[in-house]
Amino acid sequence: MKFRIDRETFADAVQWAGRTVPARPALPMLSGLRLESVDGADSRLSIASYDYEVSGRVEAVADVAEAGVALVNGRLLVDIARALPQQPVDVETEGTRLRVRCGRSTFELPTLPVEEYPPLPPMPEPSGGVPGTVLAGAVAQVAVAAGRDDALPFLTGVRIEVDGEQVTLAATDRYRLAVRTLRWTPRDPAFSAAALVPARTLADTAKALAHADEVHLAFGSASLGEGLLGIEGLDRRTTTRLLEGDFPKYRSLLPSESPTVARVETAALTEAVKRVALVAERSSAVKMLFNGSEVVLEAGAGDDAIGLDAIECSVSGAPMERIAFNPTYLLEGLAAINQPVTNMAFTNPNKPAVLTGAASFEADAADDYLYLLMPVRLPA
Amino acid sequence: MSRSQITRPHAPTGLGDDDAGCPILHVDMDAFFASVEVARRPELRGRPMIVGGTGSRGVVVAATYEARQYGIHSAMPMSRALRLAPDIVVVPPDHAHYAAVSAAVMAMFTAITPKVEPLSLDEAFLDVGGARRVHGSPRQIAARIRAQVHDEQGITCSVGIAPTKFVAKLASTQCKPDGLLVVPADRVVAFLHPMPVGALWGVGERTEEQLHRLGLRTVGDIAHTPRSTLVRALGRAAGTHLAELAWGRDERTVSTMERERSVGAEETFARDVDDPAVILAELLRLSEKVGARMRRAGFAGSTVSIKVRFADFTTITRSHTRRVPTDVSREIFHEARGLYLGLHLDRARIRLVGVRVEGIVEADAVEAQLVLGAPERGWREAEEAVDRLTDRFGRGAVRPARLLPELQVPLSPPEGPTTTRPRER
Repeated sequence: MKFRIDRETFADAVQWAGRTVPARPALPMLSGLRLESVDGADSRLSIASYDYEVSGRVEAVADVAEAGVALVNGRLLVDIARALPQQPVDVETEGTRLRVRCGRSTFELPTLPVEEYPPLPPMPEPSGGVPGTVLAGAVAQVAVAAGRDDALPFLTGVRIEVDGEQVTLAATDRYRLAVRTLRWTPRDPAFSAAALVPARTLADTAKALAHADEVHLAFGSASLGEGLLGIEGLDRRTTTRLLEGDFPKYRSLLPSESPTVARVETAALTEAVKRVALVAERSSAVKMLFNGSEVVLEAGAGDDAIGLDAIECSVSGAPMERIAFNPTYLLEGLAAINQPVTNMAFTNPNKPAVLTGAASFEADAADDYLYLLMPVRLPA
Repeated sequence: MSRSQITRPHAPTGLGDDDAGCPILHVDMDAFFASVEVARRPELRGRPMIVGGTGSRGVVVAATYEARQYGIHSAMPMSRALRLAPDIVVVPPDHAHYAAVSAAVMAMFTAITPKVEPLSLDEAFLDVGGARRVHGSPRQIAARIRAQVHDEQGITCSVGIAPTKFVAKLASTQCKPDGLLVVPADRVVAFLHPMPVGALWGVGERTEEQLHRLGLRTVGDIAHTPRSTLVRALGRAAGTHLAELAWGRDERTVSTMERERSVGAEETFARDVDDPAVILAELLRLSEKVGARMRRAGFAGSTVSIKVRFADFTTITRSHTRRVPTDVSREIFHEARGLYLGLHLDRARIRLVGVRVEGIVEADAVEAQLVLGAPERGWREAEEAVDRLTDRFGRGAVRPARLLPELQVPLSPPEGPTTTRPRER
């Protein structure tokens, strides 16, 4: 194997594929990145990684003098590629070593037995496409509510439901639930699918493809293995195994009506919650006390430190005295709302609050995103 | 008992009597449980006697000094003690009575100084530095405590008097039983340096071994070893700590803060057990017991720990702190089960298991993060109902099906009860 490649192209490609190299590989060769150079008219470098859960593959233009394959330690190659000077990079194998030269820097890495590296799962046919920035934004808004407890794997995923042109993303850790809808362009207008995708992988991948004009999602079919989702854009492809288990039937959990709606400036509430939460030890609750045209934020209690703050607030509907939330969950929700105004809809202090965004106090709430938050029940 | 025992010479090591810089007393009851039993059964006086469980797996919890002459000591398996002294008198423990005697003794201490730090039922630190004007010098106070404990409870105690806590504790150990020893401030180093390294606070078996490997056998050896060497061998915290102690420096003050409460239960199996299903069922039973006690007392706790003692007596504990305190047996068991399964034991033989909840708070001060889709009345309410039935119909009136004797449903590790509460982050 022998090729020359632009330094930035090389570093980006290695970085992308390196994201999916496992930190603690089950098998030693899974710590590797698989480099393959293809010569001829379609001369290119392809880098792949795989840990039996997630695979990553990237193709980059390279000047290939000699086709070949090599497997080298992924983390090391990522670090090296990142540190190389701004010069063309020459890579070649010599016996069992891989040499990387760039300007006056030279690295030699031992190669791993590439024939033992597992074949990557085939990429399913794309089912449709969506602009990278739309997907990245939507996934980030939803993934924040996903669980992080591997003991409950079905809560660590983002549920993707496709119905024709409509895509719905949802995630919950049972303390909050985020739901986002968006439009996409399916190859088949009648396409429908549902999948539970590991939230972290989906968020990382969507973020890395945020500047792609179009990102393709490829839902596995019966013939290609159903437990797989492919994501493709910018000559980068990821496949991830889907999670098993029943995602909660969340639609029935959304409150059918909310007698009280409070409107606040998102930034003002965020700042106030952050301030009072300084005294909320171990994420103890932040109380919201509604009082005319303002809401008072209060954290801490009794003999311990207490924090108070107040912001403007317009309440409509039935009167609501107070409700309390875990400040971290509230702040994560406000950040995900991503709109200047937040509408908070309440039923009562022990029922879920539903947060939606709006462009202004006068505007209607955006109907493409909601963040449902379970309150904290205060001691009697 | 003759008073001569109480007034025997005090300073066996010839350290002198100067208690001027010695505000700390360590008071330690002698063979406490055994002495309390002797006090209420005078016919046992002078006879070898032990307090302990009589079952096949019982252990000695206390032994009179007469019994100790047979080589019997507390924590020894009862079967072994009975082999050493087949005719010995065995008295089953009466913890309620010991607690009452202990409370009376502690109350007496608090009448002398508010600065009392109980370490257990039978020992406490006292700081009498501020009591001189009213109650006299530390030595006078100690003598009075010893006389009063004897008069009121009919048992003896030993008192160490020193400038610091750990030296006072060493002093009481030195003068046991029924003794009093002052270690004057200017004699602390002379008192400490001939002692074996194991006498120092914080030196257990493993550290002792490490010190021996460095050729350090006495406290004096440690004192004359460069601190950097100790730090290299034992780590920064332990190395610095020992270097300080070896010169008698101990910054700890007598802390009157109530020791953190905890609620726990443990069980020694009749025979060693290696079956995970049996161990999980026992953890469930203990969790039920702990949960019921906590609810009765109005406590909730955030840290759940388990204790596992293996057949060879090595003992480990593991704990997990939840974000929200609980008093729900089912949640306590969920944590205990996770901790046990996290040990990844390969059918190791287990002698004892225990479940404990620490980080206790008042249950009605707990904030509850509500869970999406959960019924408003859940396990906690179900368990409160069980508590009421237990009050009315007796223990075991309602219990988990797995704990029904006639219905030994196996509790295999991969299944078990699944609560859908995410683990705390």
